Amino acid sequence: MENVLFTYALRLGDDSLVLGQRLSEWCGHAPTIEVDLSLANVALDLVGQAQLFLGYAGEVEGKGRDADRLAFHRDVLAWTNCLMVEQPNGDFGRTIARQFLFSTWQKALFDKLALSKDARLAEIAAKAVKEVAYHADLAAEWVIRLGDGTEESRTRMIDGLDWHWRFVDELFQTDAVTDALVAEGVAVDPASLRPVFEARVAAVLAEAGLPEMKLPRPIVGGRKGHHSEHLGHMLAVMQHIPRTYPEAVW
Amino acid sequence: MNDARAIMAVLASVPDPEIPAVSLVDLGIVRDVLTDAEPARVLITPTYTGCPATAYIQLAVREALDAAGMQDVAIETRLSPPWTTAWITEDGREKLRAYGIDPPPASTALNSHPATCPRCGSKQTHEVSRFGSTPCKALWQCDSCREPFDRFKCH
Repeated sequence: MENVLFTYALRLGDDSLVLGQRLSEWCGHAPTIEVDLSLANVALDLVGQAQLFLGYAGEVEGKGRDADRLAFHRDVLAWTNCLMVEQPNGDFGRTIARQFLFSTWQKALFDKLALSKDARLAEIAAKAVKEVAYHADLAAEWVIRLGDGTEESRTRMIDGLDWHWRFVDELFQTDAVTDALVAEGVAVDPASLRPVFEARVAAVLAEAGLPEMKLPRPIVGGRKGHHSEHLGHMLAVMQHIPRTYPEAVW
Repeated sequence: MNDARAIMAVLASVPDPEIPAVSLVDLGIVRDVLTDAEPARVLITPTYTGCPATAYIQLAVREALDAAGMQDVAIETRLSPPWTTAWITEDGREKLRAYGIDPPPASTALNSHPATCPRCGSKQTHEVSRFGSTPCKALWQCDSCREPFDRFKCH
């Protein structure tokens, strides 16, 4: 039987790690030094969260895999992150669109996960939610600044959001894993996060003077390991050193 | 059996690796010292989940305890309750200010109020960057004396 708690902790860790790695690609390339610092620090928080979730997943699995093992020695088909986080950074507008949508969702998720009956998930979420609230604020400020800025920034913000709308539905999908854990009071029902998410997104878009969210046909599959082409390329960069020197230690 | 106060005195001498003006006790990273059972245990908590100083802090605590002849004292990391800037001691806040970092107020977890310039004391300040040189700080500038300064984020 599938270890649903392992899978759930793995998903939480994979979301954070993949986005943390993506954001790290901005380091040294962001439009200004302030933005460079922000994106790098958000990435750092996400990698820290991933360490905690993946460490717990490894303990639950009980096969001797620690956070590093799960991060660096898993092939793309075994990754369970949502598709939104693996999308290439694109321009700054697209990166901010992704950050805004993801952090707004993650904030709603961690607020509830902090009340989980699983003490470890609850304490990680309670710790992480304080950081995520800051990420969500930062991203919302930029959505407003770009949306309400110049014609160019507004166009790019709209394009960035348009790129990501198709990945929104996946965030609220339920399956056998979430169903089983929701029944035990361990997991948060993903569908229950939707009203909070939609209200916040609508409020920020309105303040930014941007068009309302319009969700096209959703693309899903990340939770089952059906990823876009982009993830494999990202993992190749992220994993190649530990795979080349698998026995290396600090 | 090690005395809790003696252990705490050792910990109070360990500087934070990123902000050496304050100790781990000042920052509220040391949560407690438990001497009710053998071995005595030091409870520490990370500030931010991804803070690169966390591993170094463990090491620094270990070295300080060993140097004080307290090799038998154990170190435990606790995530819960999550670290908050409300745990920074009054003494710690003063040391941060003297070091040029605007400390977080003890009373609020909100970042919305204006910072106070640690150099000239002016409240006419503005945020330059939401993040600074470490995850726990933001970059601000004083409108009166024009000096840029770090502000410890409320958390």
